[in-house]
Amino acid sequence: MNPIYDVLVIGAGVVGCSVARELSRYQLSVCVAEKGPDVCMETSSRNSAVLHAGYNNKTGSLMAKFCVEGNRTFDQIAEELDIPYRRTGKLVVGFTPEDREKLEELKAQGERNGIEGIRMVERDFIDKKAPCVGGNFAMWSPTTAILSPFQFTFGMAENAAENGVQFFFDSEVTQITHGRLINGTFQPDPPKTGGPDPAKTGQSDPAEASEFHSAKNRNNAPGAPYDPDGVYTVTTKGKSFLTRWVINCAGLGSDRISAMLGIDEYTLYPCRGEYYILDKRLSHMLPLPAYPVPNIKTGGLGIHLTPTLDGNIMVGPSTEYIDSREDYSATRPIMDMLIEDGSRIFPYLKKEYFIRNFAGIRPKLAPPGVGGFHDFVIERRDAVAPHAVNLVGIESPGLTSAVPIAHEVIRLMKEVEPLKENPAFNPIRRRAVTFRDKTPEEQARLIKENPDYGEIICRCETITKAEVLAAIRGPLGAKTVTGVKYRCRAMMGRCQGGYCQPKITELLMEEKGIRPEDLTYERRGSYLFTGEVRES
Amino acid sequence: MTFIHKQAVIIGGGPGGLAAAAELKKNGIDDILILEREHTPGGILRQCIHDGFGLTRFGETLSGPEYAQRFIDDVKKQGIEIVTDATVIGLTRDRKVTAASKDGLLQYQADAVILTMGCRERTRGALSIPGERPAGVFTAGTAQAYINLKNKMVGKNVIILGSGDIGMIMARRMTLEGAKVQAVFEIQPYPSGLPRNIEQCLNDYQIPLYLSHTVTKIIGHNRLEAVEVSQVDENMQPIPGTEKRYDCDTLILSVGLIPENELSLMAGVELDPRTKGAVVDEFYQTSVPGIFAAGNVLHVHDLVDFVSLEAERLAKSVAAYLKEDLAPAEISIETGGLIGYTVPQKISGARDVSLSFRPRKPVRGCRVEIRQDETCLVSRTYPKLLPAEMETIDLPAGKLLSKSNIKVVTVDE
Repeated sequence: MNPIYDVLVIGAGVVGCSVARELSRYQLSVCVAEKGPDVCMETSSRNSAVLHAGYNNKTGSLMAKFCVEGNRTFDQIAEELDIPYRRTGKLVVGFTPEDREKLEELKAQGERNGIEGIRMVERDFIDKKAPCVGGNFAMWSPTTAILSPFQFTFGMAENAAENGVQFFFDSEVTQITHGRLINGTFQPDPPKTGGPDPAKTGQSDPAEASEFHSAKNRNNAPGAPYDPDGVYTVTTKGKSFLTRWVINCAGLGSDRISAMLGIDEYTLYPCRGEYYILDKRLSHMLPLPAYPVPNIKTGGLGIHLTPTLDGNIMVGPSTEYIDSREDYSATRPIMDMLIEDGSRIFPYLKKEYFIRNFAGIRPKLAPPGVGGFHDFVIERRDAVAPHAVNLVGIESPGLTSAVPIAHEVIRLMKEVEPLKENPAFNPIRRRAVTFRDKTPEEQARLIKENPDYGEIICRCETITKAEVLAAIRGPLGAKTVTGVKYRCRAMMGRCQGGYCQPKITELLMEEKGIRPEDLTYERRGSYLFTGEVRES
Repeated sequence: MTFIHKQAVIIGGGPGGLAAAAELKKNGIDDILILEREHTPGGILRQCIHDGFGLTRFGETLSGPEYAQRFIDDVKKQGIEIVTDATVIGLTRDRKVTAASKDGLLQYQADAVILTMGCRERTRGALSIPGERPAGVFTAGTAQAYINLKNKMVGKNVIILGSGDIGMIMARRMTLEGAKVQAVFEIQPYPSGLPRNIEQCLNDYQIPLYLSHTVTKIIGHNRLEAVEVSQVDENMQPIPGTEKRYDCDTLILSVGLIPENELSLMAGVELDPRTKGAVVDEFYQTSVPGIFAAGNVLHVHDLVDFVSLEAERLAKSVAAYLKEDLAPAEISIETGGLIGYTVPQKISGARDVSLSFRPRKPVRGCRVEIRQDETCLVSRTYPKLLPAEMETIDLPAGKLLSKSNIKVVTVDE
């Protein structure tokens, strides 16, 4: 018989991993079901990689509260999980008197939100901090930081795993059914009166069928008895789970999971943001993120420039409502627009410096035409879905807010049942050594201890074989090319893996025993090889 | 940490580095070290299993590995030290070289550093091709490495973007391995690879080459499913309404090579924005004294034979540098007309030089002149000039009138 988990978290993005890690502080059996092949595959890895200060969001909103708290408490989490970040501060630059007015408003909102140190500055300050950045004046936000969203998410996931959380990948949830265990056998709750006719829905399409099986139809009845012994059967492609609690951290799929739980009032509007990544050769020219005055109506923060910790510059993102939740296409008009708009703030965008485009999709609750930011939904709806915490529309500033959001999930759970602390919880995680950051003496010592540090695999980023192997062999080790890339940066440089991808695919196949035709670039179906050229 | 002293450290054991080493030794320099990141020397030639190498240098046609082996044998016979599995990760202006290897961090102080790191391929990201990011999009050289070195077949139904030589060679290679190569698309109105490759790799296999066409969209969420191809106008902008969909599982990019100069930049070497390689004088010395460069790291060559020959000329200069002062190169070379660039970019005027250049577009019956102070010093007519082919023009030292700059130009007839 299947084990009964105390908690099943749906989604292994930054929020799911943060929730999983916070849950591992307690005596609970916890698992994470993730649709993709790895942690950090969607919005968590496709963003500006900024730890926001929290002035962009309305005072009193969860967004403002959790963003400010997430920024303020980040030092500790970074220390525990060894997450690279740098408090660069940020400039929101303006050109016109109208811009100045808007920046004053933004600053006032920031102060209401409890942020310290934000102030208006003039051109001389911009010249001192970032002389290549355009603008006549700016709002200066000293607490804004840049971070590695990969290391943040992997850090929490690996720490959760080390503390006993089980991760299941390629496990897209297709159905959630509430019921109870009778003599070890799962019994769905009886259908509520007035529900759809089972005979009728039995012949209909699968989507409708799963609607029938969803918890809503049984627990929506007013005054439905609250069942403390209830359990959920969560069906995924390939496996089904029994769990007492369900936490919906499904990001772009969170409205669908919400509906499966019986809370069907949410619709997400996917909103794509495209970016350019620039060569490291420009890194000395942009020491900190530079943003335009946000036009909140669009639903984004405007085309901005952000240095990454590793010295690249990102330009973006656009805000384009689209129909698909998985179309990460780059499009010509937007690519041109990024350069045009980005050049206002940073007039050094030359085509020869482009190394890559990418896109992310925001799971927005704010519909097109309305725009802006709808507040995070983080709720428990006992009457409809007992023992479930529903998180919907966690978009920007979700990365910054991930840990406070997890605290909120725990708080909501504790209102229902006491959670006992796990005395064995170890908050410490160390990331793999990064050879390139070390002094020659340290590098020499590393090679002596492990000769694999002496083999450079990725020449552009100076990533050694030891680091690639750590990415593959580590907790929740990579099994796809992208998994290696996200963990150790190999293939992220200017040649984009042209040199090292053949070496990395070879290591992946060897280490994981994967056949050539089964090796994937990223998602299922993204095969790299059709087989061998000659039988070997 | 201690630095081991070497007269000459050569970074990169490909055709350039090997030829430079062998020639240096022949010119009386004994204390030479080649640092090579791969397990075996030979550079990119290791994966170039087709033939056609060596006609100029050896007067016979060889495969890439055979061509490399001639130089490897020579280097070994002469007892030149070569450290493989060693990647150079640091180079300073004062010629300190740091390499990572399994045997430890290797550090050298060189009297002369020779840069022969070759080039890398331009990627999809550099081109900014719109569309999704499925698996199945490979640069030609990476596909070649997979097929020829790693025994992995990268796809069955292929479109090639760019008529670079490696792309055309891969068109033939993949056809021979049973793949269907539908077409090669080139954004320029002329091919960017050599005429002989168009003949032997495309025409012989009935693979069509479409000029003034480019890929305007990549389609496929997981593995490549199709590409959208459009015609382009004279400004190389896609023409709306000409889009055509080609179903395929593989897109091979052969869209240009970029000299690999990250170490050069680390040492403060000045680069030429046209070649993306170092600015050098006739001794192949860069803007940093004692640091020299030749081969594809200096400017992308059409034939490996010319890489070897250039590296051999470099070696003679380095041998001279290690014994005496080189004449200062104060005469800059400007370009005009259809001349895209020259290598070297400056000369001393003390001796005869041969200038390498490429035209910016194909031209027939073209006169090239070297001028100084409005006077024509040298004039030579070429039956044709192609961007795909590197050309040379000789300038005898006796022709120079002064120390003022000279200009290499094409002349309309």
